Amino acid sequence: MSGFRILVGCKRVIDYAVKVRVKPDKTGVVTEGVKHSMNPFDEIAVEEAVRMKEKKLASEIIAVSCGPQQCQETLRTALAMGVDRAIHVITEPKEYESMQPIHVSKILSKIATEEKADLVIVGKQAIDDDCNQTGQMTASLLDWPQATFASKIEKSNGDLSVMREIDGGLETIKVKVPAVLTSDLRLNEPRYATLPNIMKAKKKPLVTKKPSDYGVDITPRQEIVSVEDPPVRQAGQKVESVEELVTKLKEAGLV
Amino acid sequence: MFSSAKKINFLRQTLTTLCRNNSTLVIAEHNNQKLIPSTLNTITAASSLGEVTCLVAGTQCAQVAAEVAKVKGVKKVILADNEAYKGFLPEALTPLLLAAQKQFKFSHIVAPATAFGKNVAPRLAAKLDVSPISDIIGIKDKETFVRTIYAGNAIQTLKSKDDVKVITVRGTAFEAAEVEGGAGAVEDAPACDAKNDLSQFVGQELSKSDRPELTSAGTVISGGRGMKNGENFKLLYDLADKMGAAVGASRAAVDAGFVPNDMQVGQTGKIVAPDLYVAVGISGAIQHLAGMKDSKVIVAINKDPEAPIFQVADYGIVQDLFKAVPEMTDLVSKK
Repeated sequence: MSGFRILVGCKRVIDYAVKVRVKPDKTGVVTEGVKHSMNPFDEIAVEEAVRMKEKKLASEIIAVSCGPQQCQETLRTALAMGVDRAIHVITEPKEYESMQPIHVSKILSKIATEEKADLVIVGKQAIDDDCNQTGQMTASLLDWPQATFASKIEKSNGDLSVMREIDGGLETIKVKVPAVLTSDLRLNEPRYATLPNIMKAKKKPLVTKKPSDYGVDITPRQEIVSVEDPPVRQAGQKVESVEELVTKLKEAGLV
Repeated sequence: MFSSAKKINFLRQTLTTLCRNNSTLVIAEHNNQKLIPSTLNTITAASSLGEVTCLVAGTQCAQVAAEVAKVKGVKKVILADNEAYKGFLPEALTPLLLAAQKQFKFSHIVAPATAFGKNVAPRLAAKLDVSPISDIIGIKDKETFVRTIYAGNAIQTLKSKDDVKVITVRGTAFEAAEVEGGAGAVEDAPACDAKNDLSQFVGQELSKSDRPELTSAGTVISGGRGMKNGENFKLLYDLADKMGAAVGASRAAVDAGFVPNDMQVGQTGKIVAPDLYVAVGISGAIQHLAGMKDSKVIVAINKDPEAPIFQVADYGIVQDLFKAVPEMTDLVSKK
């Protein structure tokens, strides 16, 4: 058995700790000069793929990122974590603004076929658009089974047994390989790339492609009418004692 | 008088409008015995888009179909009862949804933005080659929707250019439809190949609790890292029981193993909007606020006066939670 070939999706997003600012013209949020990093869920996807390779379940890991030039930094991070090679599907920054999960999943499914991948692992959602769609759509386009919101993945015979986080608790499903998996927060704890690995990652292969190389049309399917600040909550008050708090809640009919 | 070309064009447009008579399919979420409450909120959202048909797919779920048929606003219920739908796997449900869409040509297909809806809707959308719209909080018109991005820190309004709109609905953003008053007709689902050899449902471990369900509770009490351990959550359970509240948690509390992850409130957990949200020992990180800041009244109990949670709290008390919570439990019990 030669092990799975795994494709991982890596999105470059505004760092999770940054408080985003909406542009005054309401066209989007300010991204220039703002710290970016790999989508946290994608880090978990990369980590899981690397662990599978360490357990000799996987033979090769390919990372893919779609977007502007700077996505290459995100891919280098993945390479430093243990990914073997990377594909950057480059788009103009302007095009990227209107790129959606439907476009990314079409590209991912084409690459999965071309690279004869056995597994595609992506994060359950990107923390910028909060869509939670790409993995499901990729699975659909490939006609592969999907195991979303995975918190545990185990090989059982030829299949994968996946524990999923669902609303009421957990559930276990079995999926046939090839399959698409999406990682939940509790799947693993991603490693930090060490300096020697960061240096090594610079020498790993990274090829640049265009959406058209995969025959994917990235015409926007949705028009962004506006992006605005959420309503601001009225400033509240500090109360001095629990008694005062409970009185106020009782007055408001909440207790 | 119309020229004939114009006339044909007019007729075609009228026909298109008729075919797309703004009929909406709601994918009902249930557990084969009962409807999951967020489906009712989804039906409300769907009603503003057009005539509502509900699809109930499962195993021995006729009772649920009957329940849905009575919901106000539901015109028709499509029932698909088959062993293949065990575990509600998207690989089995998608062909069924495609068959229903082929027959009835819905203009909108809507599901609750729950783990179930988020799993199924994008798979269906990809098959229809449309771009799905996740977790909407508002409907401007039949093609313009409002949703949040960046963990609720920006509100995006978008216009879909697709023929069919595949949407998931944030339950807390819409009222629940009334469970009585409807008279939907129940009919069998169109025939389709229900075989699924790609995936298999093995089993579930559901957290059992007598408290109300988190996403629909009127009051939610949540604990964070400040609770220090899982045993201390008992303080919150005691208070919750006095108040008829559900208990939630921050990611820190879940990651530390204090409570199971299905209790997590936040960007990646559940989104709640109760009348009263009590945050205990929670600092108020962006990701947590994303899940609760639409609550009507927010109370923060935290010993750190600088905690960001105080910026969104209507009432804040700077005090040790181990003193404040038992005191609150006492006071609440004294009516």
